[in-house]
Amino acid sequence: MKKLLMLSVALTLSASPTLAQDMTLNIYNWSDYIAEDTIEKFTAETGITVVYDVYDSNEVLEAKMLTGSSGYDVVVPTSDFLQRQIGAGVYQPLDKSQLPNLVNMDADLMAGAASFDPDNEHAVIYMWGTTGIGFNAGMVAERLGADYEVSSWDLVFDLETVAKLGDCGVSFLDAPSEMLPAAMNYLGLDPRSTNVADFEAGAALLETVRPHIRYFHSSQYINDLANGDTCVAVGWSGDVFQAQARAAEAENGVEIGYVIPSEGALQWFDMMAIPVDAPHPEAAHKFINFVMDAQITADITNYVWYANANAASMSLVDEEITSDPGIFPTDEAKERLWGATVYDARTDRVVTRLWTRVKSGQ
Amino acid sequence: MSDKKTFVDRMPFSQQIAGFFARIGLSPRAMVIAIPTLWLLIFFLIPFVVVAKISLSEAAIARPPYLPLWEFKDGILNVTLNIGNYIFLTEDPLYYSAFIESITIAGFSTFFALLIGYPMAYMIARAPDRTRNILLMLVILPFWSSFLLRVYAWIGILKTKGLINGALMWLGIIDDPIVMMQTDFAVYVGIVYTYLPFMILPLYANLVKLDESLLEAASDLGASPFMTFLTITLPLSLPGIFAGSLLVFIPAVGEFVIPQLLGGPDTLMIGKILWNEFFSNRDWPVASAVAIAMLFVLVIPVMLLQKAQQADGEQS
Repeated sequence: MKKLLMLSVALTLSASPTLAQDMTLNIYNWSDYIAEDTIEKFTAETGITVVYDVYDSNEVLEAKMLTGSSGYDVVVPTSDFLQRQIGAGVYQPLDKSQLPNLVNMDADLMAGAASFDPDNEHAVIYMWGTTGIGFNAGMVAERLGADYEVSSWDLVFDLETVAKLGDCGVSFLDAPSEMLPAAMNYLGLDPRSTNVADFEAGAALLETVRPHIRYFHSSQYINDLANGDTCVAVGWSGDVFQAQARAAEAENGVEIGYVIPSEGALQWFDMMAIPVDAPHPEAAHKFINFVMDAQITADITNYVWYANANAASMSLVDEEITSDPGIFPTDEAKERLWGATVYDARTDRVVTRLWTRVKSGQ
Repeated sequence: MSDKKTFVDRMPFSQQIAGFFARIGLSPRAMVIAIPTLWLLIFFLIPFVVVAKISLSEAAIARPPYLPLWEFKDGILNVTLNIGNYIFLTEDPLYYSAFIESITIAGFSTFFALLIGYPMAYMIARAPDRTRNILLMLVILPFWSSFLLRVYAWIGILKTKGLINGALMWLGIIDDPIVMMQTDFAVYVGIVYTYLPFMILPLYANLVKLDESLLEAASDLGASPFMTFLTITLPLSLPGIFAGSLLVFIPAVGEFVIPQLLGGPDTLMIGKILWNEFFSNRDWPVASAVAIAMLFVLVIPVMLLQKAQQADGEQS
């Protein structure tokens, strides 16, 4: 009897494929980038089962998107990568009638993101942040003096300063399109320049400090900072705050700070988008709309410590976070942030080649 | 027609099969060869042709991110072959030095694996039957856990506040931790550790067949154990050494995960270059060209070596 019942269930399911299809959703997001209960709540509300995968570099996501048939329904590329991928025809336009929560979004920030995706046609801001400096306050004070205030790129780009930190471990992001512009900006050049000579100048600066850099990696530093294995990391704002939280949890005496350096820093947006060949576009829209709910976004920000672009959620975000200038920069600091630049293929090659030279000396 | 059918029915099954292949022009021998050939065709030759095809294309912002090799337009078939990707590899010394570094690291790793693996294989082969099975099991056991997990375990062992540094500092042997992670040393440890079983198993398979009467004869004739090893065991185990070394060397050259997790930024192996071309530059054609070039750099010497060994074997 039971067998018969199951058979009939199977038959019903196969008879209505659209129903069966919409019951699952495949999400591909950055590692450590969502609140613990977001997926659970989404499933409880909609009945949609979520398969949640993570990556730690835009390049990996991009390779999957350009190959096609990735099977993912919602992905979260960073704005400049999004722009190029839109150019390659990777994403479908959002059906805004299915996204009523769009009214919650901060108009200024969405306008900022629209410079990568005109009219925000393909994507909605998930979180945003800056690329600045995370540091172990105790270890830095030990080496540079208790009076030293970490506020400038000097900490990693000034040879004399970084040389004193080499023994406790300094790491850079393995992201040339973020590191080279930071170096260019430090030299007084335009961080958004695509001039080869400017890149070379930036690379030359990085090469001089290179002997004091322990490694180049885009996620390893979270753990290493938290455990005290390294003491300074050029990293993404929220990731550094995660290191801070993990150190506090472990009660290992490690105190982590994050600054947006006074010379300025890169501001980026991570954008939720739906690939053209997404198997469950309807569920994908539901998820994007769900995340734009004020409470859900506030939950995520409260957990990952990244700024969101959801104006309605601000009153629900912890005061500790909204008042931190490393997460929500002051108006003065905002003026010195720059947006990412999309490079053409030739510039990409120049940047990657210079980056290999910086990293390996070849 | 019906006569023939009853005739076939009366034959034993094996003969029926043989008969079937004979009718379509395949001898049983050809059939046995056909299976591995088919395997190679599907899992090696076809992917190889696909990669070779991409390597002759040109990168573009599209999906997939390269231009098609041929275009059929207005009744004219246009085929564009771009060998620029291969020329590009010779223009930048980066690729050459990455090949050299990969081969150097793989070569030394193979040497160390042989140095550690040979005595182990020898002891296993000489052990009593019961212990031998346990020892063999111990060699294979690590495969039961994920390769990635085992490499991560090495991070825990080698890192600044890891197991080794902790122990040495506790014992008072060192005051400051030794930096082992993100160095070439860690890469060697990782590769030798990971591929050691591939060295031990073929060596064991060879050494276990060693005719002990030869060793007895040598010792009867007054040869020292060392002399016996040098003149009898070692030459007879050469095929095992050769097989084990290839099994370690070839995957080690293309290794990406181990140098990525354990190595520093100046460990520049060809796997990393491939990654860069593929992911950072989005240049699949150049990435494919690097892969094809690597295949030739690796396969041709190995084939020559094997041919030389075969000729050697036939002579003796």
